[in-house]
Amino acid sequence: MKKLFTGNEAIARGVYEAGVVYASSYPGTPSTEILDNIAKYKDDILAEWANNEKVAMEAVTGASILGARTFSSAKHVGINVASDPLFAAAYSGVNGGMVIVTCDEPGQHSSQNEQDNRHYAEFAKIPMFEPASSQECKDMVVEAYELSEKYDCPVFIRMTTRVCHSKGIVECGERKEVGIKEYVKNAKKYVTVPVNSKVRRRLLEERMIELKKVAENSPLNISEIVEDSKVGIITSGMCYNYAKEVFGNEVSYLKIGFSYPLPSKTIKDFCEKFDEIYVLEENDMFLEKEVRVLGFDCKGNNFFPFMGEMTPDRIRKVVDGKNLDAIEYEKDKVVPRPPALCAGCPHRGFYYELGKRKDIIVAGDIGCYSLAWAEPYNAMDFNTAMGGAPGLAHGGSQVLKMKGDTDKRIFATIGDSTFFHTGINGMIDMAYNGSNAVLCILDNRITAMTGHQQNPGSGYTLQGKETKILEIEPIVKSCGIDHVRTINPNDLKEVNDAIDWALGIDGPVVIITRWPCVLKKLSAQDKSEFDNVFKTKNVIDQDKCIGCKKGTSVGCPAIIFDKDKKKARIDSSSCVGCDVCSQVCPVGAIVKEEK
Amino acid sequence: MTKSILLVGVGGQGTITASKLLTIGLMEAGYDIKMSEIHGMSQRGGSVSSQVRYGDKVFSPVIEVGGADIIVSFEKMEALRWLDHLKIGGKVLVAETEINPMPVLNGKAEYAKDVLEFTKKLADVTSFDAMNMAKDLGNEKCMNVILLGALVKSMGLEEINWESIIESNVKEKFVELNKKALKFGMDLVK
Repeated sequence: MKKLFTGNEAIARGVYEAGVVYASSYPGTPSTEILDNIAKYKDDILAEWANNEKVAMEAVTGASILGARTFSSAKHVGINVASDPLFAAAYSGVNGGMVIVTCDEPGQHSSQNEQDNRHYAEFAKIPMFEPASSQECKDMVVEAYELSEKYDCPVFIRMTTRVCHSKGIVECGERKEVGIKEYVKNAKKYVTVPVNSKVRRRLLEERMIELKKVAENSPLNISEIVEDSKVGIITSGMCYNYAKEVFGNEVSYLKIGFSYPLPSKTIKDFCEKFDEIYVLEENDMFLEKEVRVLGFDCKGNNFFPFMGEMTPDRIRKVVDGKNLDAIEYEKDKVVPRPPALCAGCPHRGFYYELGKRKDIIVAGDIGCYSLAWAEPYNAMDFNTAMGGAPGLAHGGSQVLKMKGDTDKRIFATIGDSTFFHTGINGMIDMAYNGSNAVLCILDNRITAMTGHQQNPGSGYTLQGKETKILEIEPIVKSCGIDHVRTINPNDLKEVNDAIDWALGIDGPVVIITRWPCVLKKLSAQDKSEFDNVFKTKNVIDQDKCIGCKKGTSVGCPAIIFDKDKKKARIDSSSCVGCDVCSQVCPVGAIVKEEK
Repeated sequence: MTKSILLVGVGGQGTITASKLLTIGLMEAGYDIKMSEIHGMSQRGGSVSSQVRYGDKVFSPVIEVGGADIIVSFEKMEALRWLDHLKIGGKVLVAETEINPMPVLNGKAEYAKDVLEFTKKLADVTSFDAMNMAKDLGNEKCMNVILLGALVKSMGLEEINWESIIESNVKEKFVELNKKALKFGMDLVK
């Protein structure tokens, strides 16, 4: 059966075919659709969103020890979160096969950094495969489970954004039922106290020596030798496709699919055949380092771009000195189209007011609301990685205290899913160490940014089962925060009152804003809780509008300022009647549309 | 010989759905295909693209600068934004829709009124009011299939059984509308 799959869909298919029964992940672009698609195999696989990547990694490790084939995927920075249990799993090994997918982001389409997670394979001593197409994604997953169980180790698969989100044709196979293995207590293997892990340490090194031999003979490393070619290209993943596009069949290729341990002898044999070696890889010198250690010079990091995506045009420009012929024109008529908070986004009103407070320093976090850093809100001073806002705000406010600065106050802003991810830990630190920070939890009832995944607060599991809703307010109180207030972020007076109330309290404070994401498919519970949500529209009375641009200053994509008429109007097809603009209008020109 | 189709627009306009139908059709016709799209933050009202490449054997899913045989733009300004990706001599299909970017909405920049005329001077551009045509057919959401029809005709892909692809990939209540839209789009191009 032939299917057109993205790399992510193909991984999900491979997980199904390999007989996996348990998968757990936390969403993150570009990895999210892997678990979303695994979840569709409801009858065969239990798929769960964990509240963070570390918990997901622990869950699949536990499931593996109990005998199941297990799976977890994460974006590159998610592997940072999961790395602690992952390193331990490399020592302990597996019972049921365990495969971990890392989705790296050369080009940073949706991430705070570029990091090359091939280093994790070397660092944690875990074998790694690197697919270049959707077909390879599916095939390598199936292969990875065999390797995992044969060599008693977790196996990594490294993808990049273009592998994850590009479609290609995949020949599908059948599911192989492998069942769940017997669990036999083996504390010396699985209890990581030093006396045991010292033994495992040696076994780990011996395993890597064996795996190196496997890599040397692996069909995943493919040599394409062209007689008389002077240039040999060593490459992996999506870069292989780009190289084929630019260099065609004039040169020879060594395509590395088994990326760790690297097949040194295979690389050496290849290098010896050519006058010139090119190494094409995205981001760091992983293959190139090996080539150089083996004593060969090459064109790599010093020649091809090593930051951003290695697209075919970038390779061509380096090699040919120019791109393909194209139309040349002035781009001054093209206005940038930056992403913006949606019309009706419940973050708008809150950040609009917060951004106006010049004495508040804002520690932000990772989500749609990261957009509040920019115009027109300018409501963020710094952020770091996911779940970092409460910790940042706590440390910062300790320094304000040292300096005796009572004019300024630090607010942390974080989403609901991000709070459950790791933000909750920072809040515990705030309570424990007597912080003066104000934590604002922006609860929009869903994990919005990655495309609406359920989370511990939303009332449903990934596979659609109703589940316990973890209410944030009682959690906050039970973690030792005495001052908590829940507000409607679309009501600007309520927002301002809450900010003033928080500023008047010495000690840790939490403000929870609660209103659903405008794109959310509302649950029965949402419909009973939120009155008349997204069902009205606003209009601007053109006779009353004085063209002061206050309404457009809320940054809503539904409000258009007409330069000729010097008046604002509302696009009825995108307005959902959140009323933020009507509260800002100084002359009461924005009113509800009559039905 | 690999052909490259670049579909561009603004997040939420249906470029992904159009390219999905396109790729299924190409696969059923026996071509090798690669398609690339970027998800995530850019979807929130940002500029989006779907890149489709087909032929006997396709490697890269990404279209280079100067590499697209045709650009299908769901919005006027987006056609100009991506025009450097067009091959010399390539074609451009443009929906005469205007979606204001945030800097225009808040009065900080102007949407150049002559953006389409400017683009027409630079390349072989066919434009039409696809949004209103879709409304006339019964639902503005079928604008993407009107554009798909025009694309199919422009690339000489009429032989593929698009009606059956619509039947098996579109919700039943929209099948007839989409078939009409496809035919309408095909008739827009000579």
